[in-house]
Amino acid sequence: MARLSLDIDITFNDFRLTLREDLELDGITALFGHSGCGKSTLLRIISGLETRAKGRIALDSEVWLDDTARFAIPAERRGVGYVFQEARLFAHLSVAGNLRFADRRSRRIASHPTFASVVEALDLGPLLERSVATLSGGEKQRVAIGRTLLARPRLLLLDEPLSALDGRRKGEILPYIAALPERFGIPIIYVTHAVEEVAQLASHIVVLSEGRVAARGAADETLARLDLGPLTGRFEAGTLLDATVAGHDSHFMMTRLALGSQAIWVPELSGKVGEAVRLRLRARDVSLATARPHGISIRNCLEGTVREIAEESQTAYAEVLVDVAGNAVRARVTRMAIAELELGAGKPVHVLIKSIALDRLSRRR
Amino acid sequence: MTLPDAGPIFLTLRLAATATAVLLIFGTPLAWWLAHTRSRIKPFAEALTALPLVLPPTVIGFYLLILMSPRAPIGAFWLSITDTTLTFSFTGLVVASVFYSLPFMVQPLQSAFEAVGRAPLEAAATLRAGRLDRFFTVAAPLAARGFLTAIVLTFAHTIGEFGVVLMVGGNIPGETRVISIAIYENVETLRYGEAHVLSAIMMAFSFAVLLAVYTINRRMPMKTL
Repeated sequence: MARLSLDIDITFNDFRLTLREDLELDGITALFGHSGCGKSTLLRIISGLETRAKGRIALDSEVWLDDTARFAIPAERRGVGYVFQEARLFAHLSVAGNLRFADRRSRRIASHPTFASVVEALDLGPLLERSVATLSGGEKQRVAIGRTLLARPRLLLLDEPLSALDGRRKGEILPYIAALPERFGIPIIYVTHAVEEVAQLASHIVVLSEGRVAARGAADETLARLDLGPLTGRFEAGTLLDATVAGHDSHFMMTRLALGSQAIWVPELSGKVGEAVRLRLRARDVSLATARPHGISIRNCLEGTVREIAEESQTAYAEVLVDVAGNAVRARVTRMAIAELELGAGKPVHVLIKSIALDRLSRRR
Repeated sequence: MTLPDAGPIFLTLRLAATATAVLLIFGTPLAWWLAHTRSRIKPFAEALTALPLVLPPTVIGFYLLILMSPRAPIGAFWLSITDTTLTFSFTGLVVASVFYSLPFMVQPLQSAFEAVGRAPLEAAATLRAGRLDRFFTVAAPLAARGFLTAIVLTFAHTIGEFGVVLMVGGNIPGETRVISIAIYENVETLRYGEAHVLSAIMMAFSFAVLLAVYTINRRMPMKTL
């Protein structure tokens, strides 16, 4: 656990970023927001690459910037690792040369992680002798992450490391990133504007909008908040459910998951009974009913209570937040349905979810 | 056909090597600054650097002659500490060549540093590399082609200078009589044979140098990220 204290103010021509936050960094903290909201600028200020910011930055008791004392530690002495959108590998060095560049300069500061452990964790062995010009986009990012780890940073900043990759390559790299906190114990700030990545990786979220913090908190709660709809993206928005594997049905190739005392059926998952899984559910894939329906193909019918309804008067839709065994499930339905079912806060409802709509996310730390 | 005196050839090579070395030391920081500064005086500095490209060599030679004369402060200072004059001396030729060849060192380096850009340097900073470390282990190797071009062009251009040398250095054997001056003198005194030999050497040398540069450039394509 590390505490990053930020009290910063920076003004460009028509953009201003002001921030006063103490961030408890543990695992992966997602810094989330639309393009141009100041995410990358914030990372550059933290790392010391952007030197025009005013204010104060400290990690635990170590002050990095204090402009009232005209004090600033340069980037190379902050011990902040930075993985850029484009990998920024050194073209004049091989993959091994890139890794050794970082390794040699940090060896006297810390001995862990070792060269071998980083190569192993990111499967870099087969790439070591390659020239960086011959690497694919995904391989480049893996090398860049490895190189940054070998600088033995105290804090790791990832600035949309997957944005330049296509969907399949993203999927290849995500598990490597998800495993970093447990494997190397370095707190990570992960910048992205993709809800998908936030849901899969983050334990905490800071939502940035127009140069200010709009919300922060645990990943599942923050993603479920209705008022953040415009920031988290309406159709991407959804719910994270933490369930445990309760049993398998080998004949139908289905897996039963326990969510509190209720059961959810999903297409077969690998995983032992008792293992925790995280599922993502899009709000538009959730239907609501006031009575338990019969003769229906949907396998999952959970009992819950309406917590909150946000109607969008400009559109046909409304977002409904339903309490299901302590989880906040988000449903996107029409305003017409709300009216006809007479839904309101506190009303018991049945939450209908097609099994196929549940995406399993990579295991949490 | 009489063979010419080899003295001017060695003097020319010595002058070009010295001027190139001096320019490498002073031109590199200038090129670096021009490539990275956001200062408002950058266009003025760029224009000043490029002046020798457009001015007649006699103009540069004229001003340098005045500045380096023992009656001017700089020339007088030099005389007082070395007991020799800057004008009509090898040192004076080096100084003149540095000014005259400045753009040939600075411009290729500046474009090479601009092509390298800030991105790899920022990455190096976050990998704990300090300023000088970043320059020598990241920027310089990535700008290697720019260095090669700058060094060769500066060297070749210094070898080819005539007007400035004539103005500032005159024609003193072993001190300021470089190849171009020797050729000029040979022609003036109708020793065409010696002029032919020296001219042919210049042609062959210049062609060989340029051929080497273009060949190396082909083999070492600019690496991109």
